[in-house]
Amino acid sequence: MHSTTSETPTADPPPSLPPTVDQALKIAVVGGFGVGKTTLVRAVSEIRPLNTEETMTRAGTDVDDLNGVEDKNTTTVAFDFGRITLDSTSVLYLFGAPGQQRFWFLWDRLFSGSLGAVVLVDTRRLGDSFFAIDRLEAQGTPFVVAHNDFGAAEHSLDDIRAALDLDPAVPLVRCDARDRDSAKGVLIALIEHIRTLIAEARR
Amino acid sequence: MSRSHRDESPDRLYVITSGRSGGADEALDAVALVVAESDPAPGMQSEHAAILRLCRGPMAVVEVSAHLGLPLAVTRILLTDLLDGGRITARHPRPAPSPAHPLASPDVLEKVLVALHNL
Repeated sequence: MHSTTSETPTADPPPSLPPTVDQALKIAVVGGFGVGKTTLVRAVSEIRPLNTEETMTRAGTDVDDLNGVEDKNTTTVAFDFGRITLDSTSVLYLFGAPGQQRFWFLWDRLFSGSLGAVVLVDTRRLGDSFFAIDRLEAQGTPFVVAHNDFGAAEHSLDDIRAALDLDPAVPLVRCDARDRDSAKGVLIALIEHIRTLIAEARR
Repeated sequence: MSRSHRDESPDRLYVITSGRSGGADEALDAVALVVAESDPAPGMQSEHAAILRLCRGPMAVVEVSAHLGLPLAVTRILLTDLLDGGRITARHPRPAPSPAHPLASPDVLEKVLVALHNL
């Protein structure tokens, strides 16, 4: 039998959402492997990050770009997520997801309707984020870039901005993804950026 | 925590969904909030019963998937069964404010900012 009640609980059950919650929002945290996506999600999430998979069959997609995908019929990508209850009616889900090109067609669906995205980079693998940045720009999805330096600032933000060829209008911030306040700061930078873009759009 | 579905045999997933790979409600967003409208009934498929127990309060589709230890696509099929049978209801996400939709849910960003500052 496969049911959750037959399993021995290994931790406190996650806090349930208020019964009145009726609006869920999402923010995507994208970046290469090992850059600290899950760490950042964990730093701010009220639940231990959970993990699941999105699967898509070839028949269900219009894309023909399945390069590098082992199975010709089905593609599966694991991702994790956390959540923050905002108030009695709203909850914010944070998704950590690998941002490389071969995964993106899954995110198009998973992240549709997102408030925006955080592109998490580290200087050893800046190239991992090129595609995500291009794609978010093309989609018009608001995003900020956060350099996860794990507390050791070795490169100037100007150098990183130049290496990423990042639009001057896109905020670039430094963070230590392990640190709650630092991770909070990244999300706040994203929301402030969205507010600015909306104010400009209304002008 | 939930078992990893990475170890699942495709056969088992085939059985759970009665061989279906489609038919799921495409409108069922990853963060649609699902709420049980009834208790599990005797003889019900165990995954359906598990969902009804999980969703006594609202829970996002993606969270149901993680707790069941089943991929999102399979979870969507199971949820669609329950939606069609009236055993659960779904609260679909409303459009988020964006530069393309600057007037959508204007209070949402304030709400997020306040909650983040209070973390």
